[in-house]
Amino acid sequence: MLRIRYFEDRVGELVEAGQVKTPCHLYIGQEAIATGVCAALEREDYVWGAHRSHGHYLAKGGDMQAMMAEIHGKSTGCSRGRGGSMHLIAPEVGILGTVPLVAATIPLAVGAALASKMRADHRVSVSFFGDGATEEGHFHESMNLAALNQLPVIFVCENNQYASHMNLLERRAKDNICESARAHGMPGYRVDGNDAIAVFSAACEAVERARAGQGPTLLECRTFRWRGHVGPSWDLDVGVKRKDELRQWLVCDPITRISSVLVQRGVLPEALHQVEEDARAEAEEAVEFARLSPLADPAEMRKYVFASDAEVI
Amino acid sequence: MRTLKYSQAIREAHVQLLGSDPRVFVMGQGLWSPWYVGTTMADCDKEFGRDRILDSPVSENATTGAAIGAALAGMRPIVVHPRMDFMLLAVDPIVNQAANWSHVFGGQARVPLVIRAIINRGGEQGAQHSQALQAMFMHVPGLKVVMPSTPYDAKGLLIAAVYDGNPVMYIDDRWLYEDTGGVPAEMYRVPIGEAAVRRAGRDVTVVATSVMAPRALEAAATLARQGIDVEVIDLRSIKPWDKSCVLASVRKTHALIVADAAWETCGVAAEIVATVAVEAFDALQAPAVRVCLPDAPAATSSVLEKEYYIGAADIVLAAEKLIARKEKTWLTRSLSLTRENTIEA
Repeated sequence: MLRIRYFEDRVGELVEAGQVKTPCHLYIGQEAIATGVCAALEREDYVWGAHRSHGHYLAKGGDMQAMMAEIHGKSTGCSRGRGGSMHLIAPEVGILGTVPLVAATIPLAVGAALASKMRADHRVSVSFFGDGATEEGHFHESMNLAALNQLPVIFVCENNQYASHMNLLERRAKDNICESARAHGMPGYRVDGNDAIAVFSAACEAVERARAGQGPTLLECRTFRWRGHVGPSWDLDVGVKRKDELRQWLVCDPITRISSVLVQRGVLPEALHQVEEDARAEAEEAVEFARLSPLADPAEMRKYVFASDAEVI
Repeated sequence: MRTLKYSQAIREAHVQLLGSDPRVFVMGQGLWSPWYVGTTMADCDKEFGRDRILDSPVSENATTGAAIGAALAGMRPIVVHPRMDFMLLAVDPIVNQAANWSHVFGGQARVPLVIRAIINRGGEQGAQHSQALQAMFMHVPGLKVVMPSTPYDAKGLLIAAVYDGNPVMYIDDRWLYEDTGGVPAEMYRVPIGEAAVRRAGRDVTVVATSVMAPRALEAAATLARQGIDVEVIDLRSIKPWDKSCVLASVRKTHALIVADAAWETCGVAAEIVATVAVEAFDALQAPAVRVCLPDAPAATSSVLEKEYYIGAADIVLAAEKLIARKEKTWLTRSLSLTRENTIEA
């Protein structure tokens, strides 16, 4: 969680300084969800994300330096300078892709789960998406397809209350995302998304169901987006309501919460401090790596439009 | 070589792919029905099981997205859209996802997916049961588009598409399903991007797609009786398309007709004519002609349908006018040459 927080703090600063241009949607305040869910997964399991996916990438084990380089448009980036902040991939740890088209990877996650079921390889496929994505047809079609075929997929809705500048209740009649699960014939749970342990427990149960061939689960993780829809600003211009909400949510900082639990359970504050220092240093090293890396080569602009090597039968 | 129907050749390709590669599966609407996709999937579910032949919910978007996800996870899916019209509900996964994935991730992911899009039209079916939308998908970087017109190509292009390593849209027109032709029993691939010269000729090149290829051959037979010698090129792949084959032919015949049974504006024919104008302008002795559908939705009433759809007669008419124009150009150029020679003398 600290790695995500400090990475994003640095990204925010770089955006403000004009050193990063690609649109960056910060995950600050939501770290418990990616962390809790990914802690319940194995390296081989699949993870799919969206526009706000720095946290998913890091929690699943993606290389921090490669992501920072990607955000800088460098050839050493995880997508070789073609993707920026919104197209992240790390196939070696099961991150098969994050893309900004809202809800787009939900059916892809279902398809990967279908592949797992066909091969009986016991992999689980996790789809991370925001509350806005539940308003797309992709979400409902995918839930139905997954439930119908009892696929090993977990739908993780990170309900941070806002789709861009629009509050949830300005976009739907009821605050009832979780109930979609029942409509589609699968269990659904509303989880405190700022409580890493609660998220982890819910994810473990969902993973267990998936691996046992009992089908999909929907987790609605309630949280709050601290920063603006895009970029590091606090986004207080979108209404008084948001300002009041933010005040309440800032005191529920998921990192403060997990830290106090750890201290209560006997972890020494010095040890936590060391973790913090390491996370800061790692973020700094990533920035340095990105700075020193060469930019993507303009001569290779068209290089990856098509995969070039067809298979031999 | 055995003779098979176009629809049988498609089925045989599916059967052999499913039988030889456990990564291949087929998903889409109507696959368990004996008639929904013609007979092209008849009893495949019985032969390979309903966990590999998935008749899907009415969810074009999720089905196509799931096929992409499965492809990214190492499978070789074929997603079937029994009507191209309905496939428009899956444009996000096709255009934003399948086509982009290799590029946006710097070549670290690929989508070895076949999107089978069936054109099903005529018979008073009307606007939303008729569309041929190849041009829309030809426009998109990262997608390949093939349109076989013979049973041989129907089989060979499907197999090539599954193993291409890229998202390939495979478009079959049900007007071709009863056509017959030689099809080898073994598995083989027809290279994507290669056109076929179906008939060699000197006077005019007719580049045809899909169902217009056999119509072009009929037209060529009629025109031959009038002494007009037509070269017929079956494009087979719409993207990438065989530029060198078309350009070489136009440099030989000096006249071009493109026949594509889809809308004219920004269509396949427009792209080919534009390319020839850019790269072989000097070779043309008359303006190129497009034989396409009018820019209108298909109507249902049979008299309106008859007015709307195109066939061999339209190519014949276009060729006659084009040849007249070409001869006039030739005559004018010869006369002016003679005059110049006379003056110089």
